[in-house]
Amino acid sequence: MNGVAVHLDELRRSFGGVPALDGLSLEIQPGELIALLGPSGCGKTTALRILAGLEDTDSGRVLVGGTDITDRPANRRDMGMVFQAYSLFPHLTALQNVQFGLKLRRRAAGDRAAAMLALVGIDAYADRYPHQLSGGQQQRVALARALAIEPQVLLLDEPLSALDAKVRVQLRDEIRRIQTEVGTTTVFVTHDQEEALAIADRVGVMRAGRLEQLAAPTEVYLRPASAFVADFVGLSNRLPGRLDGDAVSVLGTRLPLVQAAAGGPEVTALVRPESVDVVPDADGTGRVLSTTFLGPTSRVTVAVGETLVVAQVTGERLAELATDTRVRVDLRPVPVALEGVSAS
Amino acid sequence: MAGLRARRARRQAVFRWTTLAVAGVAFLLPLGAMLEFTLRDGGGTWALLIDWPQLSETYPDLAEGIVASFGQAVLTALLMLVLLVPTAIWVRLRLPGLRPLVEFICLLPLTIPAIVLVVGLAPVYAWVNYFLGSSSLTLTFAYTILVLPYAYRAIDAGLSAIDVRTLAEAARGLGAGWFTVMARVVLPNIRSAVLSAAFLTVALVLGEYTIASLLNRTNLQVAIYLLGKSSATMSVAVSLAALLLAFVLLLLLSLVGDRRKASR
Repeated sequence: MNGVAVHLDELRRSFGGVPALDGLSLEIQPGELIALLGPSGCGKTTALRILAGLEDTDSGRVLVGGTDITDRPANRRDMGMVFQAYSLFPHLTALQNVQFGLKLRRRAAGDRAAAMLALVGIDAYADRYPHQLSGGQQQRVALARALAIEPQVLLLDEPLSALDAKVRVQLRDEIRRIQTEVGTTTVFVTHDQEEALAIADRVGVMRAGRLEQLAAPTEVYLRPASAFVADFVGLSNRLPGRLDGDAVSVLGTRLPLVQAAAGGPEVTALVRPESVDVVPDADGTGRVLSTTFLGPTSRVTVAVGETLVVAQVTGERLAELATDTRVRVDLRPVPVALEGVSAS
Repeated sequence: MAGLRARRARRQAVFRWTTLAVAGVAFLLPLGAMLEFTLRDGGGTWALLIDWPQLSETYPDLAEGIVASFGQAVLTALLMLVLLVPTAIWVRLRLPGLRPLVEFICLLPLTIPAIVLVVGLAPVYAWVNYFLGSSSLTLTFAYTILVLPYAYRAIDAGLSAIDVRTLAEAARGLGAGWFTVMARVVLPNIRSAVLSAAFLTVALVLGEYTIASLLNRTNLQVAIYLLGKSSATMSVAVSLAALLLAFVLLLLLSLVGDRRKASR
């Protein structure tokens, strides 16, 4: 089974005058897993529903495998979808749920449905009804049901948000494994940045109905295209700095920029906590305000004059950082984004 | 403290049993009296009632009324389901803004007395007579309006219990057209609600008198009323039988509801 390319072209859609999609364009490679990430109301779910045919566009086109399917109704689009809400048919068993789409296509349903249940690791529960399954199991069956019809595109609309943390991580990894195995082009909508970074080939960060950045997870995290992306993906410090050519000077350290910027010279730089090091130093300018133990790493809030800096430190370092300890704040010279400065 | 609570519990128990006894007497005494009255001839009335050929020969009007009522009940239930189920589903899926309006329209018959309804229906039935004849079965149309409040409530409650939108979208994504969505996804999941609506309809139609009488049609209740003037025993026996049938229907209805809850 090979994936097809998906092309969203200048999609626009507004609800009661409020634009949900504002000219969204997106190219998805065959077999790729794209995560659409963004805060609620950014249009990510609308984009997915338009792709599925469950929502109409005001303008723009949807192309799958080079064919324009913008006006094709949902039931003739050949897409598998997994919803955030539990969507299994309550009157059918897990196996019958998976067979539903196959029977509509008049295909031998038995073997394939059973194979799909085995693929998602739920074959032991084939004869159970949805209300006899846990949330995670229900979503597995929903995934098997979506994949059984060999869809051209697999659409996942926050399928993990209703599950508890452990099941979520487990099923997330499993979705990635299965997707790689069957090679179906997949769009995964989520508001959880960790989920998006972990699962996707490329992450599309959306804001106000547009793509803010579309890039590989490491790229999105390390080289955010805008302050919004830097802020939304991962935690960031907002530190005052001075623009100085193609670098910015923050707390006495020159940091490169992710993209050249004009304006300033007073700017706000977005610096990730893991790029900040806090070292006990009797002559340091900073003072530890508080510490938070988080397991493998911990967080320290330091006041440097008027500025608050959050740093991520190891457990051993945390032991040396009691409240009110004098410290020195070091910034690692990784590229940073600037807030509210237009790219030049 | 404990004594106080025990005394209160005892007082509540006494109150409960008194209420039950009063209500039971109020309901059962007339029924018992009806039964006693019909048995005065040594059970001959009941023997005749279950002997259909004999009954239709002795009381042709009554037989006609019974047949008419059952026909009306079945047709009304069918027409109600055909009209209401797709409408309720469609409104929920595609036109949620119309829900208050549809609910209002469906509840309207409850607020209009039957006699007023007849005044409005009489001219309409002049046309019904013209096109479809004056068969008693044409009362089906009036009865469908009459049962709307109860049937709509039942079906709407059934739809509220499931996530119709997500189920329909999931089915559409799997390749189901709208008809398949309704017939194979939504309908099986609101089966008990549909059964409730149908039972309520049948019970209501079997007990209807005003409209049939005022529009000069016959049905069970009209026949019973007319029979009451000539053969009181038989009319009371038939009334009792009709009541029991309605009880059985309502009992079935609550059983269906219980089984649904138990399987959840």
